[in-house]
Amino acid sequence: MKIGIPKALYYYYIKDFILFLEKLGVQIVTFDTTKEIIDLGNLVAGDEMCLSLKIFLGHVSYLKDKCDYILIPNIKNYGKNDLMCTNFTSLYNLVSNLFHVNILTYEIDYKNKLTEKEASFKIGQELGFSKKHIIKCIKKSKVTYNGNLKSKIITNMNNLKSSKKKILIVSHPYNLYDEFVGKPIIKYLENLNCEIIYSDLFDAKTTSEMSKYLSSDLYFKYSKNIIGSIVISNENIDGILFLTTFPCGIDSLVNELVIRKINKPYLNLVIDDLDSQMGVITRLESFVDIIEQY
Amino acid sequence: MMGKYNIPVKYLLSKITHCIIIEPEKITSKTIELGNKYSPSFVCTPFKYTLGTMIESLDKGANVIIQAGGGCRYGYYAELQEQILKDLGYDFKLYNLVTASNLNVKKLYNIFKKIDKKFSVIKAIYYLYITKNMIRYMDKIDDYVRLNIGFSDKKSYKKLMDEMLDKFIKVKNPISLYAIYKKYNKKIKKVKVNKPKDCIKVGVIGELYTIMEPFANYFLEEELAKYNIEIKRFTNINYLLFTNKKVSKKALLNTKEFQKYKMGADASSNVYFAKYLCLKNYDGIIHIKSSFCTPEISSMVLINKVCEKYNKPVIYFSFDSSTSEVGIKTRLEAFYDMIEMRRNR
Repeated sequence: MKIGIPKALYYYYIKDFILFLEKLGVQIVTFDTTKEIIDLGNLVAGDEMCLSLKIFLGHVSYLKDKCDYILIPNIKNYGKNDLMCTNFTSLYNLVSNLFHVNILTYEIDYKNKLTEKEASFKIGQELGFSKKHIIKCIKKSKVTYNGNLKSKIITNMNNLKSSKKKILIVSHPYNLYDEFVGKPIIKYLENLNCEIIYSDLFDAKTTSEMSKYLSSDLYFKYSKNIIGSIVISNENIDGILFLTTFPCGIDSLVNELVIRKINKPYLNLVIDDLDSQMGVITRLESFVDIIEQY
Repeated sequence: MMGKYNIPVKYLLSKITHCIIIEPEKITSKTIELGNKYSPSFVCTPFKYTLGTMIESLDKGANVIIQAGGGCRYGYYAELQEQILKDLGYDFKLYNLVTASNLNVKKLYNIFKKIDKKFSVIKAIYYLYITKNMIRYMDKIDDYVRLNIGFSDKKSYKKLMDEMLDKFIKVKNPISLYAIYKKYNKKIKKVKVNKPKDCIKVGVIGELYTIMEPFANYFLEEELAKYNIEIKRFTNINYLLFTNKKVSKKALLNTKEFQKYKMGADASSNVYFAKYLCLKNYDGIIHIKSSFCTPEISSMVLINKVCEKYNKPVIYFSFDSSTSEVGIKTRLEAFYDMIEMRRNR
């Protein structure tokens, strides 16, 4: 059985779940973002949708006849004050109306006690696996996932002590690790001999607490995490790069608030689906120049 | 403050606190200019309007601002607006009543206690009840007027409603409020209506702020009334505060073929409203929103599907602070012509 997972938006938040599916013995189909995928997304997307959502729809369109099912979870909240961007709750409805595909779905709603564990059971049973096998796979995937995450976090923390110029990239993982949005920027900065600090690779609990120093009202779960990373690493970094896609609803407010409160050199970079990278490169270059003279 | 709703809010606050209520000026193009100047670049338009209004009120001497919101990023407005205004050098306190769409009674009590030390709960509940009724009556009369304004004298409606609101703000108990409502309800229903049986009917749905603040939608409803159209609108404060939960539950049950999960803010309800309008055989649907309103952008896709299925025309307006009025008028005119041609076919 082949399950397609669009490499956009929630893909980076449900990596433990994907690992669980792999352990179950399901084949996962997923592709990196290309220009072709973005063009496919633009065909079906509304003109005011954010680039990340357009990329998501492009992925679905690209995947639709390459797999049996497409996995689209409906991530609503992780508790009372840990909400998601409203786009995450409309993904299922959008895809079911725009495409004719088989959708595999589950709901994450901590307010109503729908957690990942329940979701694993639901999906596992829907795919026809026994309960025993599912429990075994949940345990296995948890161990592997936590181990991987820990080693990544440790490397990220070690990078804070590097002698190079250190730039913290504040961005949602679905932008940061995207082949079209974030990767070219990371590559370019590394070529300029900078050390990249990833905002999502810190301990989630700590960053969520720390974010209160910058914004007390913030109720978006993943924004809390990336904002909290600024507080943790503030002493060690030389500059902050805010990386957003156009027009991200949450970032438009959160980044503006944070920028007003920090005392480090920063660059607010907004990416849209234009071809030319030159504008971005010029700004990155001048940003690195500023950091070096700061 | 949205539309005419500043009157019940002013009434409530002036009764339960001992503060001087500074009524913001009506929104003008200067308000938006102010808001636009200090807002982040791609924030949704209500942020700009409210920020502009806040600056104008602070200039008039206010020192406490109350903001409320939830559902989408609306609940997060307050903190950024406070920071922007503080950076501009204003000295004030801002209280946010609702964050993350959780209304906490204890938190509300603490806030009002901070604003006014003599705040009493019993008094607050009493006046809250009156205000609730006031809003309900206002919305009822508004609904009636909307259905008939295209076919009768527009000025007499406006005069009567202004008179009624003037009297509303002076009431002391629910009974006299009811009496005033009854009296004006009678008067308004007496205004001559020249309505043909098969008049053109149009439903207006969309994002709440833009739909309720006439300046934000460039007086779209007044424009529609000129065409002798019956207008149906669902969104009002009564819906937002009291029937919202019920409606959104009903929405999911009734539009199962289009949506499985509830979407943010009013997106799911709007899909349901669109289906309702189609089934009731309305001639067209007008969807309005402020630009970059994330939940409505998704709901537009579903509304499109609904209208495709029932073969009904729909038009989308996305309002920004720099939208031109003439462009909207032209599009409305074309939409009206199209509806009329469909009728005659």
